[in-house]
Amino acid sequence: MDKDVAVAAKSLIAHEKPKREAPNRYRSLTLASPLLILLLWECLSRLSLIDARFFPPPSSIVAEFFRLVATGEIASHVAVSLYRIIGGFLLGVVPGIVIGLCIGMYRPIRFALYPLIMALMPIPTLALMPIIILVFGINDFSKMITIAGSVFFPVVINTAAGVRNIDPVFIDVAKNYGAKTKDYFFKIALPGAMPVMIEGIQMGQAIALLTIVAAEMIGANSGIGYLIWTDYKAFVLKGMYVGLVLISFFGYFFSLLLRWLEKKLVPWQR
Amino acid sequence: MNQDVKIRVEGLTKLFFKKKVGVRALDRVSFEVKNGEFVSLIGPSGCGKTTLLRILAGLEEASAGAYELVRDDPNKPLQSMIFQERGVIPWMTVEENVAFGLRLRHAPKAEIKERTEYYLNKVGLWEFRRHYPSEISGGMKQRVSIARAFANDPEILFMDEPFAAIDEQNKFILQEELLSIWEETHKTVLFITHSIDEALLLSDRILLMSRQPGRIVREKTIDLPRPRRITAVRANPEMAEAFVDIWNHLQNAVRGSALERRDEWALEPI
Repeated sequence: MDKDVAVAAKSLIAHEKPKREAPNRYRSLTLASPLLILLLWECLSRLSLIDARFFPPPSSIVAEFFRLVATGEIASHVAVSLYRIIGGFLLGVVPGIVIGLCIGMYRPIRFALYPLIMALMPIPTLALMPIIILVFGINDFSKMITIAGSVFFPVVINTAAGVRNIDPVFIDVAKNYGAKTKDYFFKIALPGAMPVMIEGIQMGQAIALLTIVAAEMIGANSGIGYLIWTDYKAFVLKGMYVGLVLISFFGYFFSLLLRWLEKKLVPWQR
Repeated sequence: MNQDVKIRVEGLTKLFFKKKVGVRALDRVSFEVKNGEFVSLIGPSGCGKTTLLRILAGLEEASAGAYELVRDDPNKPLQSMIFQERGVIPWMTVEENVAFGLRLRHAPKAEIKERTEYYLNKVGLWEFRRHYPSEISGGMKQRVSIARAFANDPEILFMDEPFAAIDEQNKFILQEELLSIWEETHKTVLFITHSIDEALLLSDRILLMSRQPGRIVREKTIDLPRPRRITAVRANPEMAEAFVDIWNHLQNAVRGSALERRDEWALEPI
């Protein structure tokens, strides 16, 4: 009898141990898999099993990166691209949120604007760049407008959807407790739509990065996209890869930033 | 406390249109509630009792008839509703939810703090004031809903089946808690329920509604002295009779509709 009790007790304690060991085991895989791929690439390239002109070994890419850092080129290209991305992003996100909230809250605005937005959305903003340049000139601002155009659509659509997804009972509660228009906006619509809105903003920042690279390829003389394009044309592919890696890094970094922001802005979701 | 009429309803009628068929949810409903009375509304599913409450709370418009909520104090809100537990706003903490009504009407900060603290303690949620609704149980959420309505200090309280989703044991506990909070201020209450036990325990008077189209068909006065305990109500033979009486009424109301529908089907051509 006592033996059964003792055995049962031991296994209970074993279950109480914190479960933190399993994720750590898998976390090393996250690092290991890209490293293995890079190692494979390095070997294949140096052994000329793949064409080193098109696929320079990663070590040379890293060396090129440090060379560009030393000359200060990286810093200036990154700075200019970031300036355009952030400016364009804000220009797209702010109207996206405001208009999205209005569309979600007021039927007349939804009927007036939503079909128009759906009709304009499929037009790639990059295709509109000639018109944008005609109107705003060949400068950073026209690139920001291009980015803003691409960012606007996912943000406005998701924000409107986020508002419509709010359980109507909360609107009843607000009305019953005496909410005014300002209260509906800031206490119900905005916080209620926030989770879906942030997904829209995530999409927006990914699109912003895609757009800036393409926009800088088409009409710029600075920036990461420019770096990628000119190094490609000059067939200095390791420089091109430096640019590509930088873009990838920024994409990853921005999405992490947004996740962090989400934890701060939406602490109420489990 | 003055015994004047607080809620007056005359000939209230509500029509809905569903798929081009007119549905009469309420049919010339008339009744009165005196100041300080706790009145329950009980009836079969679909009899329109929630619609009636929503009209009185200003969340829906009546199709015909009139109602009057008598205002005695211009400084207090006239009515507040206790919604079911899903009415607790998920992006606000427990504290912010309880303070909701007070904040919306810009009450002085000291008053907000005092009343919020008082009612948080009254429902036993002071330790959870910084938690979000996703982190607390259903019973606790309902306590938040109750605290929110009482903290707003309205003259009239509307309660829409607040304990419908709570398990039975918690239900009894919450019912007695509600009574003890209510007895401090004796506000006028109109309470909707499906549960006969609940109506017998809580009310001064019970209004029985017919099935759709909803009418007030009967009224029962419950004379038990206060404060009431569930054990006292259960042990009381008069209350047992009252239970059976109301149960029979509800059964007839529900069975009546089933019988009628069966006859309708019999007349359908094959």
